[in-house]
Amino acid sequence: MIQFEQVCKRYPGGHQALNNLSFHMPHGDMRFLTGHSGAGKSTLLKLIMVMERANSGQVLVDGRNVSKLPARHIPELRRKVGVVFQNHQLLFDRSVFDNVALPLVIAGYGHRDIGRRVRAALDKVGLLDKERQNPITLSGGEQQRVGIARAVVNKPKLLLADEPTGNLDPQLSAEIMHLFEQFNQVGVTVLIATHDLSLIARMPYKLLSLRQGQLVSAGGSHE
Amino acid sequence: MSKSKQKGSGASKLPKRRLGQLQTPAKPSRRELSGAKTHRTRFSDQWQSYRSHHRQVAGESLRRLLKRPLATLMTTLVIAIAMVLPAGLYVGLNNVEAVSQGWDGAARLSVFLKFSVSDQDAQKLRQQLADRKDIASTEYISPSEALEEFRRRSGFGDVLDQLDSNPLPGVLVLSPTADNSSPEKIEALHDQLNALPQADLVKLDMEWLQRLNRITDISRRLTLALAAMLAAGVLLIVGNTIKLAIENRRDEILVVKLVGGTNAFVRRPFLYMGFWYGLFGGLLAWLLLASSLLWLSGPVKELAGLYNSSFSLLGLGVLDSLIMWASAAGLGLLGALLVVGRELRAIEPK
Ligand SMILES: Nc1ncnc2c1ncn2[C@@H]1O[C@H](COP(=O)(O)OP(=O)(O)OP(=O)(O)O)[C@@H](O)[C@H]1O
Ligand SMILES: [Mg+2]
Repeated sequence: MIQFEQVCKRYPGGHQALNNLSFHMPHGDMRFLTGHSGAGKSTLLKLIMVMERANSGQVLVDGRNVSKLPARHIPELRRKVGVVFQNHQLLFDRSVFDNVALPLVIAGYGHRDIGRRVRAALDKVGLLDKERQNPITLSGGEQQRVGIARAVVNKPKLLLADEPTGNLDPQLSAEIMHLFEQFNQVGVTVLIATHDLSLIARMPYKLLSLRQGQLVSAGGSHE
Repeated sequence: MSKSKQKGSGASKLPKRRLGQLQTPAKPSRRELSGAKTHRTRFSDQWQSYRSHHRQVAGESLRRLLKRPLATLMTTLVIAIAMVLPAGLYVGLNNVEAVSQGWDGAARLSVFLKFSVSDQDAQKLRQQLADRKDIASTEYISPSEALEEFRRRSGFGDVLDQLDSNPLPGVLVLSPTADNSSPEKIEALHDQLNALPQADLVKLDMEWLQRLNRITDISRRLTLALAAMLAAGVLLIVGNTIKLAIENRRDEILVVKLVGGTNAFVRRPFLYMGFWYGLFGGLLAWLLLASSLLWLSGPVKELAGLYNSSFSLLGLGVLDSLIMWASAAGLGLLGALLVVGRELRAIEPK
């Protein structure tokens, strides 16, 4: 699903964020991306979403080399990938429903399809009763779940998350991680960047550990 | 590696079971969320949803404008004023042209008589011509009167004194009636007069009319130039307003691009916004112009009455109005088009 081949990413300032990085993540896998602050986790995710481009090497997503993807094909790629960010990037000028519906509106779904899918996604994250509310009235954990509902509403094959539990308490963090596990159970490939080693220590998934932009282990879970 | 795999698959049974429990009440939602299948909407469905999306975006842009009525009114008013100026000049020139075309006594004919024609014969001819139905007024200027006038105007009195005879002929000045003032009829009259045995030369005196025509021609060009400049102004106003609107909705644009919104999708609400601004500006300009014309029409009628004319002020016709609205909306759209591309390219999720 995701394949990096000798990827180097240098930011304009001259900083080498990723250095000759290679790894392969098969379809249907779930992994955690860890590493110190500045290790290059967010950069790796941005390369997959083509928010940044590699200086050299290849980034393949679903068999397609996206490091040279023409700008006009970027939207098509992003529709296939769901993303969740720590600063969940919800829009506070519209309801929870409309926030979650956005990817479907963009993809041109019909009115009834949208209603059905949005409710299914909200049901999945346990927020069906809040669809009419403005996300600003929700708690941090609830907002994060709205972000997750939006990321999965278009049934992406690949789900990326950057610090999805960043400022949530352990209980909420565990709930969020559990949600991601459920999506993985139904076949979605999931890659989560996180600092929270204690949270993932008990979880049975492989790690991608970065240090200074290089892979230190592609091994199994801690324990 | 294999060890961790074992552990992984072993432990993953737990969430699987939990997932099963979760699903019992909402079975369809699992199918909904399965990532492997991508749903294909039929083409007719897509076309329908595309059209309803356009309707929705147009309505949404309109609601956004109406939510801030004062700011919208200001922008609209600026656009309207920029449009009212050239449109008003255009209407004014149409009226000048209408007036000058139907003007009573617009043309004058000067019949220069032969030197052999005496004052008495000339007066007799004047009387004959004055009796004709197609001639409104006649005037005879005798050679001595002509000389007197020339002396007064030219300041060559001394030179004229040295001449032993008057070099100027007598002149009959005629003006045709209103319904005989068309170019063809004047031409015909001109030929008839030329054929008179007493006439030496007939001169069509339409200089002032020609001058007026030249002036309206020039004014038309100036109006066009002004319209072009003000149209550029409207483009800038709309462009700048759209630019601010884009800046205000930066967060939204970022999210839309992040979840796969195409450029066309992101652009659409702003293009509609430009369209609405232009259309409103055009409608307001039309209203301003129409009410000004209404306000002027009374006094203009009175003035025309003083000249014994039935002239009444020409307003904007249906076609002119439609053209005005369409070009206003088009200008708004164009103003938006000119900025959205550049502005939206600069907003990329990082
Ligand atoms: N836009 C940018 N311009 C220049 N340098 C950047 C940019 N974004 C990131 N960097 C640098 O690249 C390196 C990797 O950044 P990245 O955001 O990928 O780290 P990270 O692993 O996500 O860190 P954190 O855990 O703190 O989020 C950092 O040293 C950072 O300073
Ligand atoms: Mg980061």
